[in-house]
Amino acid sequence: MTRYDAPTHWQSRYDHFIGGEYVKPHGGAYFENPTPVTGQTFTEVARGTAADVERALDAAHGAADAWGRTSVAERALILNRIADRMQENLESLAIAETWENGKPIRETLAADIPLAIDHFRYFAGAIRAQEGSLGELDDDTVAYHFHEPLGVVGQIIPWNFPILMATWKLAPALAAGNAVVLKPAEQTPASIHYWLSLVADLLPPGVLNIVNGFGVEAGKPLASSARVAKVAFTGETTTGRLIMQYASENIKPVTLELGGKSPNLFFDDVSASRDDFFDKALEGFAMFALNQGEVCTCPSRALIQQGHYSDFLAAAVSRTEQIVQGHPLDTDTMIGAQASNDQLEKILSYLDIGRQEGAKVLTGGSRADLGGELSGGYYVQPTIFEGDNSMRVFQEEIFGPVVSVTSFADLDDAVKTANDTLYGLGAGVWTRDMNTAYRAGRAIQAGRVWTNCYHAYPAHAAFGGYKQSGIGRENHKMMLEHYQQTKNLLVSYSTQKLGFF
Amino acid sequence: MSVVSVTPAAAELIRSLRGRHGPLMFHQSGGCCDGSAPMCYPAGEFRTGSSDVLLASLAVDGVPEPVEFWMSAAQWKLWKHTRLTVDVVPGRGSGFSLEAPDGVRFLIRSRLAA
Repeated sequence: MTRYDAPTHWQSRYDHFIGGEYVKPHGGAYFENPTPVTGQTFTEVARGTAADVERALDAAHGAADAWGRTSVAERALILNRIADRMQENLESLAIAETWENGKPIRETLAADIPLAIDHFRYFAGAIRAQEGSLGELDDDTVAYHFHEPLGVVGQIIPWNFPILMATWKLAPALAAGNAVVLKPAEQTPASIHYWLSLVADLLPPGVLNIVNGFGVEAGKPLASSARVAKVAFTGETTTGRLIMQYASENIKPVTLELGGKSPNLFFDDVSASRDDFFDKALEGFAMFALNQGEVCTCPSRALIQQGHYSDFLAAAVSRTEQIVQGHPLDTDTMIGAQASNDQLEKILSYLDIGRQEGAKVLTGGSRADLGGELSGGYYVQPTIFEGDNSMRVFQEEIFGPVVSVTSFADLDDAVKTANDTLYGLGAGVWTRDMNTAYRAGRAIQAGRVWTNCYHAYPAHAAFGGYKQSGIGRENHKMMLEHYQQTKNLLVSYSTQKLGFF
Repeated sequence: MSVVSVTPAAAELIRSLRGRHGPLMFHQSGGCCDGSAPMCYPAGEFRTGSSDVLLASLAVDGVPEPVEFWMSAAQWKLWKHTRLTVDVVPGRGSGFSLEAPDGVRFLIRSRLAA
């Protein structure tokens, strides 16, 4: 094992990054940024307001036109250089994100940061391969379709993957030629600034602007501004609706990713043999604890077929109890700290209502005190509830390491329970039978159905929600079009008049 | 028994926010990140519609008007067997909710309806 030291590369204070330089907040105020690992403050961050957002929008509008006209080869080169810098600094980026978010270093080293690096490379490639189209309407008339950038876009980033979620929004927006005003989450504002310290010199001033602050003070002026051509948000339903309401005032598009209550289906034939596949399926069950459950696609409902229910569940409980909880900077640690105190409190409130509703706690069920300096951190035991899909712990996104388990009789019953939710972001299907896998996967109303895998996030697979899980997609080359307008040039090459007038 | 009640600490925070922001409202959120938590806005900031239900008009000492508490009807259908208490805890994030800059967060505690 390796135990990394707490990072020392933080500045004591982070201002806003506007127009290629750091500027102090208009209101002069800062807020403290604690690490959930110990609960101790490690830096302070500018508290942005509408005046700061306006200044960032000025800078973005000043830069957008030239950036949009920069050749795709040049833009792609810059994205690749960003990826190179991140690759060279992978370890320190991973440590920064772990310290700020609380997630285990094994995840940031092997998933968050490598995925973010690949994301920049993917969109560097995708923008160069993208072409417009032409339609030959008749011998003299041609319809040309060009992809044009939207201009200046606003992006509001969640706290669960501070660098990767920023990258999901930034890489396609920048590749497509937009200037960006980005607001990081108030829970995790600093790691994006550490990332910026590595790459800021690569981007022309004003192309990327970062305004820190609280949703109500900095997010709202950004989301409601008539000066952004689009707002992208990852978060929850009420704020998602509010952002749509603001956007409607300005007739602007939004993309929203608002979470889910993802079902993970384990058919009887998973237990046909105690082989590698069975072992993989158990890991698939335990994926509810990835990132402490703070994932929009957390497989927080496990649906297990009746024929192997007891045996599979016993093995799943055993696997869950092997999850190593500890210091997030220790490479042996599998589950770290929840990102904030309010997140911890919310999870505990669900552990309470789950018990009240009669759900049975099979393992875990309470806060974990890891002792020493970690006593001040926000740790929860991986928890398995057994109950009924109508219970609130089956219907609401707890955003913690909590899975609720129930059984199903057959494929139809499984699909019925899987779809009995307000959301439809992710799902998992585990079976050795390809027909079952295909039919279940097509019938589940979710934007992504992981089939004999879970929690993989490659850049070229589309990600987004059905139902109340949101609007639009992220990842995949199709994402470029979420940051582009279509320009049609309808050209006549005829010299002859129509004859109407 | 009211569907929604308020702890003394939450009532104190509501009074404080009322003094700074004027009349208030709540809308209970669902979904990821800061979801499953009540969002507090200036009254009328969030437009409710036919997809929402008004669960309570909270009477808070020192606040001249009732504070409406809303939830989407689809969500309430799944919550209606429970009763809700608005509490407050130290915290950080909350979408566009008014209390976040104070370093606190409204939180829902639930119990089964009698």
